[in-house]
Amino acid sequence: MSPLLFPETSPLSAETHRADLRPEHIKDAVIRLAGNSQDGIQTAGALLARLAGRSAQDVMTYMTIPSTISGGPSIFQVRVGSGEVLSAGDEADFLVAFYQHSYQDHVDFLRDGGVLLFDSDHVQPNLQDKRFIHVGVPITGLTVEALGGTAKDKGKNIFVLGLLASIFHLDAEKLKALIRERFGGKDESIVNTALIAFQAGYGFPVSDLLSRRYEFEPNLHAREQAQLTMDGNQALAYGLIAAGVRYGAGYPITPWSSVMEILRSELPKYNGMFVQAEDELAAVSLALGFSFAGHLAVTGSAGPGISLKTEAIGWASMAEMPLIVVNVQRGGPSTGLPTNVEQSDLYQAVFGAHGDSPRVVLAASTVEDCFYIALEAARIALKYSTPVFILSDSSLATRIEAFDEPDLQKIMRNPALDLTARPAEYKPYPLDGITRHAPPGSRMLGGKYPVVTGLEHDEWGHPTANPKLHAAMTAKRRQKLRLLAEDIPLPPIHGDAEGDTLMIGWGSTYGPIREAVVKAREMGHRASALHLRHLHPLPGGLNQIFAHFKRIIVVEMNDIGLFGYGQMATILRARFCNPAITSFTKTDGLTFRVREIIEGVFP
Amino acid sequence: MNPVDFPSVSSAEPQRLTKKSISADHPTWCPACGDFAVLACFYKILEKRQLQHENIVTLAGIGCSSRFPYFVNSHGAHFIHGRAVPFASGVSLSRPDTHVFLFGGDGDGFSIGGNHLEHGARKNIRLTYVIMDNFVYGLTKKQTSPTSPIGYRSKTDPTGVIDQPVNPIKKVIAAGATFVARTHATQVAHMMQIMERAMDHDGFSVVECLSECVEFFPGAFDAGNPRKGGRFQTIDEKKWDGTPEDDARHDTTDEVAAYRLADMEFPGLFGVFFEIDRPTKNAMEKKWIDDQRAKNFGLTDREVLQKTFNRMK
Repeated sequence: MSPLLFPETSPLSAETHRADLRPEHIKDAVIRLAGNSQDGIQTAGALLARLAGRSAQDVMTYMTIPSTISGGPSIFQVRVGSGEVLSAGDEADFLVAFYQHSYQDHVDFLRDGGVLLFDSDHVQPNLQDKRFIHVGVPITGLTVEALGGTAKDKGKNIFVLGLLASIFHLDAEKLKALIRERFGGKDESIVNTALIAFQAGYGFPVSDLLSRRYEFEPNLHAREQAQLTMDGNQALAYGLIAAGVRYGAGYPITPWSSVMEILRSELPKYNGMFVQAEDELAAVSLALGFSFAGHLAVTGSAGPGISLKTEAIGWASMAEMPLIVVNVQRGGPSTGLPTNVEQSDLYQAVFGAHGDSPRVVLAASTVEDCFYIALEAARIALKYSTPVFILSDSSLATRIEAFDEPDLQKIMRNPALDLTARPAEYKPYPLDGITRHAPPGSRMLGGKYPVVTGLEHDEWGHPTANPKLHAAMTAKRRQKLRLLAEDIPLPPIHGDAEGDTLMIGWGSTYGPIREAVVKAREMGHRASALHLRHLHPLPGGLNQIFAHFKRIIVVEMNDIGLFGYGQMATILRARFCNPAITSFTKTDGLTFRVREIIEGVFP
Repeated sequence: MNPVDFPSVSSAEPQRLTKKSISADHPTWCPACGDFAVLACFYKILEKRQLQHENIVTLAGIGCSSRFPYFVNSHGAHFIHGRAVPFASGVSLSRPDTHVFLFGGDGDGFSIGGNHLEHGARKNIRLTYVIMDNFVYGLTKKQTSPTSPIGYRSKTDPTGVIDQPVNPIKKVIAAGATFVARTHATQVAHMMQIMERAMDHDGFSVVECLSECVEFFPGAFDAGNPRKGGRFQTIDEKKWDGTPEDDARHDTTDEVAAYRLADMEFPGLFGVFFEIDRPTKNAMEKKWIDDQRAKNFGLTDREVLQKTFNRMK
C-alpha cells in the first residue's frame, strides 16, 4: 500500500510536493465536474461550495441533472472567487472528466490553458491537443484501492474532492468537518469511508503533474457577516418561514418539489403544517382553505401544475384572498424540458386567468433573493389581500450560492390570527378600501357573518349580477394593484443613468447581465442594466429611465413569439408604447453565458 | 390547543343561537326543492346544539345545493366546483377550534370532485360532508349526473342514460371514510338524527341525502317516500345485546356487510352503513407538530430558524 494514500502518517505531505512549484494566485476559478448522476458529483460540488461560503469566498454553482430516475450524464460546476461572483462562468478553468463521454461532451467548455483532470482508468484524451494541461489520475483504481473491495468505486467523488483540495490549497480540515456534517447521522462507517476517500485524494501527489501551484487570493471584500450556503429552493422555503408562512400545500413536480419537502419537514417545528395533496387542484384549494382560516399560506409548482391551479387562483382574485403561489419555472410547454431552465411562464403568471383577475407577480434574481422575495410576497399578499406569484426557475432552484446571513431579529415576521370581534359596520368587500377578511372564530358584533365567495358580490359578500356593482368591484380589485405600484421602489440602474443601451432583465439572468454590462463597458459600449423584481404591477417611473437610452433590450430566456419580442419585452412595449424596447432571447434550455449576451446585444 | 394561538375574541356575551340568528338570505332554490328541508334540519341542529356562533363554518363548492352558505348566517365560503373538500380540509386542519360543515351535490362530490372526496376520506379529515344527491345537474338545467340512473332522459342523454351510475355509499366506504350514512330529505326526523351523528363523529363523515329536484327530476325519490307510496326502510343496527334477533342486525364496523347493504336495489336502505374509529389526519398532524415542538421546547420561531441557519454556515 502506498504511503501516499495516508498523508497524515506519511512523511510525504501535499505541501512537500508543491514546494517547488511556481505559485499562481487566482481570483476566480470555474471547476466543472462531469460524470454520471449516480457518482455523487453533486455532493462533492456542494461541499466545495459550502467550503467557499465558510471561507468568505464568493461562490456560485450550476448543475444539470438528467430527468431520468438514475444514471445519465450530469455535471456540477462550481465557481469560486475572491471577488463578486455573478454567474456560474462561461468557460471552465478546470474540467474533471470521469468518463470518456464526459471528456468528449465538455472538453470544448474548457478554456485554452485550462486543466483537464481525467480519470485515466476511463478516459483516453487526445494528448496532442496542446490547448490544455492534461492531468491523468487513476481515480477509480485509487478509490477502490483506498476503500477496499466492497464499496467498489463509490467514493470517487470524495476522492476527487481531496484532489481538488490539494490542487487549490483548500482548507482540508474545514472540508473534513463538512464531510462529517454531510455524512454524519448515518452509519459511522460511512463517515469513515468518506474521510478515507478524501485523504486518498488529498494525499495523491497530483502537484507532480502540475506546473503551477494554485492558490486563491485572500478575499479583500471579505464580509464580517457569516455566510449561509444553500440552493434557491432552500432559500425560498426558509424565506417563506421567515415571512410568517406556516401553512401550505403542494404536489410533487420538478423543480419545485424540494421547496415542498423542506416545508413539510420544517413547518411542524413552527406549529404549522404542509400538506401533500392528491393533485395540484387540491393543493391550491387546501392553501386557500388555510388562507380563509386566517393564515398566510403558500402553494407552488412548475408551469404545468400552475395551469391546473389557475381556476382556484381566479377564485383568490375574486374572493380577494391572500395567497403566495410559487412557480419554479422549467422549459415548456407541457412536460417540456423538466430539468432545464426557461423563463416562459411570465405570461401565465401575469395573464393566465379567466376573467379580469389581477394578481401580483414577483421574480427572484439570485439565491439570496429567493429568501427575501418571500418576505416581499408576504408583505404584499397581506397588505393588498391578493394572490402573489413568485417566479423562480430551475437554475435558481438547483444552484448553490453563499450569501450574508439574514438578520432574523430584524426581518422575522411572526404570524398571528386576527380573531378580534368585528364591529357592526364591518364589510368584507368595502368599495372604498382594501378587503380585510374576518376569519372563522371572529365574532361579528353586528350579528351578520361574512361569506367569502367566487361569485360577484356586493360589499357584504352577497352574490349579485348588478351591472354597476360588477364594474365597481372589478375596478376595486384592479385599483389596489395600482396602489401597490406606487408602493414599489424603482430598481437601481447598474451603470450610468443614460447611455446607448439599457439591458433589462428579470429573474435568474441577474448575474450574467451584470457581468455583460461590465464587459460591454470595457469594450467601449455605453451600456447599463436594470433588473426588475416586481413584474406585475411594474414600479412607476420606468418610462423616465427608458427615456435616457437609445435602445432598451430585454434579455430573457423565452421565445419571441408571433409579435417578435420576448414575454417581458412584449409587456413593456404594451405598457409604454416605446418602440426602442426590443429583446434578445434564447430557448435552448440553458442559462445565459456572458459572451452570448454580449454577442446578442452588441452584434 | 394553545390558547395563545386562538385568543379569546370579545368580552361581549355570545348570543343564544336561534333560527333567526343563524338564517341569512332567503334561499334561491325552486319552490318545493328538497334542499329546503336539509337547510331547515341544519338550522334545527345548530339551535339544538348551541355551538359557538363564530366557530361554525359552512362551506360549499358549486351547484344548486352549494348555495347553502349564503342561507346560513355563519362564517362561510362558496368555493369552486368540485374542490370544496380540500378547501374544507385546509380549514379543518388549521383551525381545530372550528366546526366545519360542507354541503354539496352529486356532480360536485362524485364527478368533478370525485378524486378529492376519495382523498379527503382516505386522510380521514375531521369534517361533516352532506351530499345532497338529486341524480341530476340542476343549476345547469338537466344534464346527466354521476348518479343519474340508467334510462333517465337528460339533455345530454336524450334517449336515456347509458353509463353505469356511481354507487355513492360504496365509493366513499372504499375510499376510507369513517362515517357513511344515507338519508332522505322528506324524512326529517331521520335526517336530523343522521346529521347529528355525523357531526359528532371524529373523522371524515359523509351523509348522502336524497334531495329531489322538482324541476328536472320530479318524483325521483318517491320510491323511498311512504307518503308517495314508497317504502322508507332503515338499517337495523346491532345493539350488541346478545339476543338472537341481534344476529340479523347490521354491524356498522363490518365493511363487507356495508357493501352488501349498499348494493340493494333502489331505493335501498337508509341509515348508518359504516362507522369506525380511525385516527384523523388532524390528530396525527398535531402529534407530529407536538413532537417537533417538544424537541425545540422553549425556543421562539426565530430561534428555531437560527438553529437551522447555524447548520448552513
